[in-house]
Amino acid sequence: MSDILLQVIDLKKYFKTTKGMLHAVDGVSFNIKKGKTLGIVGESGCGKSTTGRSILRLTEPTSGQVIFEGKDILKLSKKEMVAMRKEMQIIFQDPFSSLDPKMTVSQLIKEPLVIHKIFTENEDIEKRVRELMDLVGLTPRLYDSYPHELDGGRRQRIGIARALAVNPKFIVCDEPVSALDVSIQAQILNLLKELQEKLDLTYIFVTHDLSVVYYFADDIAVMYLGKLVEKAPAEELFANPKHPYTQALLSAIPSVDIRKKKERIVLKGEITSPINMPNHCRFANRCSYCQQDCKNSDPKLVEISPNHFVACFHPLGKEGIL
Amino acid sequence: MEIFKRKKKTVQQPKAFEGEYVLDVEDLKIRYETDDAVVYAVNGIDLKLKRKQTLGLVGETGAGKTSTVLALLKLIPTPPGVVEAKKILVNGKDVMALSDKQLQQIRGNEIAMVFQDPMTSLDPVYTVGEQIAESYMIHDKLSKKEALEEAKKMLEIVGIPAERSGEFPYQFSGGMKQRVVIAIALACRPNILIADEPTTALDVTIQLQVLELMKQLNEKYQTSTIMITHDLGIVAETCDEVAVMYAGQIVEKGTLEDVFENTKHPYTEGLFNSLPNMNDRNSKLNPIKGLIPDPTIVFTGCPFAERCRYAKEKCFKQKPTVKHLSESHQVKCLRYDEADFKIERSLK
Repeated sequence: MSDILLQVIDLKKYFKTTKGMLHAVDGVSFNIKKGKTLGIVGESGCGKSTTGRSILRLTEPTSGQVIFEGKDILKLSKKEMVAMRKEMQIIFQDPFSSLDPKMTVSQLIKEPLVIHKIFTENEDIEKRVRELMDLVGLTPRLYDSYPHELDGGRRQRIGIARALAVNPKFIVCDEPVSALDVSIQAQILNLLKELQEKLDLTYIFVTHDLSVVYYFADDIAVMYLGKLVEKAPAEELFANPKHPYTQALLSAIPSVDIRKKKERIVLKGEITSPINMPNHCRFANRCSYCQQDCKNSDPKLVEISPNHFVACFHPLGKEGIL
Repeated sequence: MEIFKRKKKTVQQPKAFEGEYVLDVEDLKIRYETDDAVVYAVNGIDLKLKRKQTLGLVGETGAGKTSTVLALLKLIPTPPGVVEAKKILVNGKDVMALSDKQLQQIRGNEIAMVFQDPMTSLDPVYTVGEQIAESYMIHDKLSKKEALEEAKKMLEIVGIPAERSGEFPYQFSGGMKQRVVIAIALACRPNILIADEPTTALDVTIQLQVLELMKQLNEKYQTSTIMITHDLGIVAETCDEVAVMYAGQIVEKGTLEDVFENTKHPYTEGLFNSLPNMNDRNSKLNPIKGLIPDPTIVFTGCPFAERCRYAKEKCFKQKPTVKHLSESHQVKCLRYDEADFKIERSLK
């Protein structure tokens, strides 16, 4: 099992609110192998971004373990954690608000190099900045430009260069292409894939876009109200969804194939509040297969076939949507 | 006690318009004259919408989609905007020639708009009931009480319980707010509905609910719709006809089958090839190189030439004109009928 880079065990993150405890992430466990991508999908408020951030301790998890290369990073001191961040980085969703508008492209990329004291000589730093710009496809001409002069795609490239500056092994990509147009989105996805191969990176890819995650991820985890409801290799999940929520989610993807009429599953209602959650299956009130036992207790995530995990008392048997 | 009971007014039936095209736009040009430069947002487009049809207006940020539809309602702020057109006919009426008062009669009543972001298009200090009722009070001249009653009916139609009409927008989720926005737009039974990215801010399962609702309502009220979107999947789901916009021009237009199965413009091809292939996970994405052009540039040739993988020298020098492939299908490309020109689209 030495090829597992990151192991997350029973990760929980609760937020205190005036109305009660908000269970953003409620006992999530998974492993990621080195050089692979785990896609985390789900709708707004399901806790997918909080999961990504909790793993990096950008928000301090309430409980659980995050084991990175054999070390539980939740036990590290603040100082040790700073050093650890050299190994684990994040790319944010919004390239419009995640870059300091007063810094130039080169200053932005230089920042992590200086903080982590990767180089001390100015020449080395400059050389590395130019190298990184080249790596992410930013022309040298933009060295002294400011973010506001650039479009979303180029800004996202800066975000990627910043993350790569410290030679991390692991990157959380938090909706890295959601704010971009389709043609630019494809450019950035291709770049991230190339970089993964070149630098042997391991990704967590958080997104709400199912077609993107299908293309990008090796394994896909589906989250609903703070819990993993299903996890399987991408092809398996799309061909053979076992959880009714996954099935509904997949059926809702608008398809460009005008010949093939898909069967749509329109879910009733909306995601319920993650405050004061029921102690039965969280999807029960929207599920069309719901039975009495679904309202009695909460299903656990179990492996029903090799590498295919599902948290449902009545997993689906029939064919998937593809 | 009410002695003289006023005769109760009800809302009117859908406004009948007998012409073939509810919208007829010819050679629409929109530019914004700012202190720094002139931005050419829309550069001469023709647009026709048949009754009960849904037209998808597709393109990326800055293609001029929103400017185009705002011009239909005469909502382009002037200055800095300058709108020129041979004609803009809405239900046969020339929008350019109407007074503000006449325009107010058309807006909401005959042509209504659903905006992209339901979080900001509702007024936070009025209840949703009041916001829907406003349309009835202005256009159908109902009293406030009657209008609020109608508003409740409308809420039920878009799938929100009537008893929530006294609540404020912040008490609703994103999908519910978009339903309210749709209720406002459809309140006066317009025969043209413009939906500007109506589901972009919503989750997929909620997006599906909203699209299904719009489909049902279009059927029920026989509305013609312009659907602005960047998502080709949504176009495939909802539209009868498609117009692909690039740099303020319509580069390809036709029925859904024309554009999706017989793609002719390299930009349309690029949009399709940028999407992940749902049939083959391992095929590489094939994005369009480069970026959309600066809208302050006036092109001598084809605006797409510099990003086009088929471009030849003439594409940079000569402006393409509209070429008709069939009665419904048209394309704006210089090379579309040349022997060595073949669109490569992986089927998804």
